[in-house]
Amino acid sequence: MATEIQNVPEVPGLTRKDFVTSNDVRWCPGCGDYAILNSLQRTLPELGIPRENFVIISGIGCSSRFPYYMNTYGFHTIHGRAPTVATGVKVANPDLSVWIVTGDGDGLSIGGNHLLHLLRRNLNVTVLLFNNRIYGLTKGQYSPTSPEGTKTKTTPGGSIDHPINPLLFALGAEATFIARTIDNNPKHMTETFKAAHDHQGVSFVEILQNCVIFNDSAWDSIYSKETRDQQLLRLEAGKPLLFGKNLEKAIRLNGLVPEVIDAASAAPGEILIHQPDHASPLYSQLLASMGLPDFPTPIGVIRSIQRPTYESLVHRQVEDAKAKKGTGTWKELLHGSSTWTVQ
Amino acid sequence: MTPSTRGFREMKAAVVRFAGDSGDGMQIVGERFSDTSVTVPNAIATFPDYPAEIRAPIGTIAGVSAFQVHFGSQTVLTPGDEPDALVAMNPAALAVHLYDLVEGGLLIVNSAAFTPENLAMAGFSTNPLDDPALIKKYDVMPIDISGLAVEALKESSLTMRDKLRTKNFFALGFTYWVYGRPLEPTIEYINNKWATKAPDVADANIRVLKAGYFLGETTETTRNRYMVARAEVEPGTYRKISGNEAIALGLIAAAKKAGRDLLFSGYPITPASSILEALAGFKHFGIKTVQAEDEIAAIGVAIGASFAGQIGVTGTSGPGMCLKSEFIGLAISTELPLVIVNVQRGGPSTGLPTKTEQSDLLEAFYGRHGESPLPIVAANSPSDCFRAAYEAVRIALTFSTPVILLSDGYLANGSEPWKIPSEDSLLEIHKPFADLSQPYVAFARDPETLARTQAIPGQPGLEHRLGGLEKDTKGSISYDSANHELMTHLRAAKVEAVAKIMPPLNVTGETTGKLLVLGWGGTHGAITSAVQSLVAEGFEVSSTNLRYLNPMPSDLGELIKGFDQVLIPELNSGQLSLLIRAKFLVDAISMTKIQGRPFKVSEIRERILQLLNA
Repeated sequence: MATEIQNVPEVPGLTRKDFVTSNDVRWCPGCGDYAILNSLQRTLPELGIPRENFVIISGIGCSSRFPYYMNTYGFHTIHGRAPTVATGVKVANPDLSVWIVTGDGDGLSIGGNHLLHLLRRNLNVTVLLFNNRIYGLTKGQYSPTSPEGTKTKTTPGGSIDHPINPLLFALGAEATFIARTIDNNPKHMTETFKAAHDHQGVSFVEILQNCVIFNDSAWDSIYSKETRDQQLLRLEAGKPLLFGKNLEKAIRLNGLVPEVIDAASAAPGEILIHQPDHASPLYSQLLASMGLPDFPTPIGVIRSIQRPTYESLVHRQVEDAKAKKGTGTWKELLHGSSTWTVQ
Repeated sequence: MTPSTRGFREMKAAVVRFAGDSGDGMQIVGERFSDTSVTVPNAIATFPDYPAEIRAPIGTIAGVSAFQVHFGSQTVLTPGDEPDALVAMNPAALAVHLYDLVEGGLLIVNSAAFTPENLAMAGFSTNPLDDPALIKKYDVMPIDISGLAVEALKESSLTMRDKLRTKNFFALGFTYWVYGRPLEPTIEYINNKWATKAPDVADANIRVLKAGYFLGETTETTRNRYMVARAEVEPGTYRKISGNEAIALGLIAAAKKAGRDLLFSGYPITPASSILEALAGFKHFGIKTVQAEDEIAAIGVAIGASFAGQIGVTGTSGPGMCLKSEFIGLAISTELPLVIVNVQRGGPSTGLPTKTEQSDLLEAFYGRHGESPLPIVAANSPSDCFRAAYEAVRIALTFSTPVILLSDGYLANGSEPWKIPSEDSLLEIHKPFADLSQPYVAFARDPETLARTQAIPGQPGLEHRLGGLEKDTKGSISYDSANHELMTHLRAAKVEAVAKIMPPLNVTGETTGKLLVLGWGGTHGAITSAVQSLVAEGFEVSSTNLRYLNPMPSDLGELIKGFDQVLIPELNSGQLSLLIRAKFLVDAISMTKIQGRPFKVSEIRERILQLLNA
């Protein structure tokens, strides 16, 4: 069934406009989601995939309204469960390009279990996790990524929960592609989305996103004009880990832990070189753990390794069974292994 | 019973129960006895009754596992009320099952297991085998089964432990002698299972099986033996099938007929797991199975497959149904085809995982938030699970709706002969996809079925968005209050439209009279047996079984009106009764049993007679 439908001419000249729906976008003015929507609408036409083969699947929350604004197939499911529906879609038809849109509450609180299993199975889909460290749609309660002490209506005395680091979560589930991007840098978002799409396997992308109403300036300490040079570590495969206005600072290893040094004073070979395909998860963990107050926050592709995808294994088992036993017949189905006949 | 010239007493039907410790292999010998009986041929029905613990401590009451087989020369619709013969492999098995044995029934016990320790664990202060009352009440046959099995294997190289493990086949061999059954099917089974990989085990089991049989022949020539004559069975090709196997086959058959791939997604739960296990063995039919991370994920995956144009199915039992309810609501709201199988067990909560109950009917009707009706179908016998599953898929696709299929632990694990249907006898399943040449409106409806037309990802030009927010009649999000009421009625009307494709009700007995016994699901066998016997005795009683619970068949109201009284037996506290009273304003009489066990035919007979004689 699916294969018949795939027999369509190769991709026409799609543009951003082909991915815009007639629905009014209902996010708050100034919301980071607008920039993310724009970036994805700019990315998809460039992937060489017919529009009808894109499926955007979301859960519940501000970010999860996303499918309504993308003129593709879309499914706005229930809170936290988008990974499960995406699994069904992708297993049913591996030719589809499936994108999961979720948030810090949807993906890491109510849907944490599903996200964990999606990642460890390595389903070939892309997860865009919008992290604004707050519950927006329910009007401002703290989220699983809110820092300790966050004061909200449910935590007037400050939150006491230790926050989860989305990248470490993904790494713990052994995700094969882990990246981080920021909502105030469309170019970086587009590049990251493309890299995520190109990866064969599950791609997990954390997007640092601002909530203008309930958690304004959520990430300004990292990515504002004033802070970004000192606080963002832009990762590029094969390049040294350098940051600062003039790339004057570097990361090196001191024993098992990283430390910040003056790039100029580094001994040859001392500065860590970014290897997203590093075989050891320890390197990915080192990057995923970095952030305020002692380190810059890495953005870009943190990890990208190869492992067979879940849906390809499901289909291989079906094909192997057909090769071994022959395609099932009515007689085999209904008769089974043992029958008797009454005359 | 009439004495036979050949040393056999003839019986129309007999019930044998094998009971022992979980590790004693009672399920295996029960299955063997059933398989042998169908080759006679006899009509059979079986009922395994095993504990929730995989291996409770040996010799304890909690560890007792049993298998009952009812075989007869006429129609057999239930696994039987009380056993005519009980095989008790240890004191605990005797303690649990003796109360069911008919007076004068044959009691075969493994006397070797009646040690002081085992007696104490079973709660006996003295050895019941020494009790004159027991010997007077039953036909007691103590055999040193363990000792004789080991003795038969004195030349075998097996370890003592392995020799002792053959004792179930000794008991089986002796039981075969009592009922004059052939050994060949069992020998063939043993050879198929062990001859290649463990020839010494095969040899030992066959030796012990024969030793059990020969014990009867050589030492018990004066004992009563029982003969159940060949049944007059409708000609055809048969196989034995359990309820969960039949569900798996019904789902695959429906997918083949509909020409769509099927994806089944489940999470292990008793007593539904064997559906997922069975389907995982049918990959060469194009079946895809996913063992999901939890019950919620399992239905989510199935909904995803449905959205992608395949047949998404999930299966579970009561606790899993609770977890799935939010997703069922989404499937209702998005009007996607989906089948949710609920193999009911005793509840609430973990309840009685391995015992049967029909207590999820109201949950199937109302266990979701909002106005969220969906079609509900129920299977009524192990083999009927095939038709019920097939019908669930047919309704789901035809009406573009989630459907709940209710089975129960009794049907899931029970088995019976099944006359294999021809593929041509299966109803067509037709569900067109959207027309690529027409503008697509996601919630445009077929005027007859009210089903919406489905477009699937990959179809160019039909891109659309689905979701759980209320939508207008075309599919755009709408918070309009009048529209919400309209859509609520539309969704309900679509479910009501399912009544249009139902065949007329099948009634046992006359279609009018004094008493209608109305049942649903797995009580069918017991109710039909009771009513058939009473009709034969001249009583004015009829019965029907509801395949379709929601919507109810359109001829049900008329049928009910034709009777003075309606009796509704259910394995719950009166759930169908509540629905029937509400819908038809009839003073239905509820008959309930909530013991984790099915109705006995005699229980239903007695209640009917009480009402008819009142």
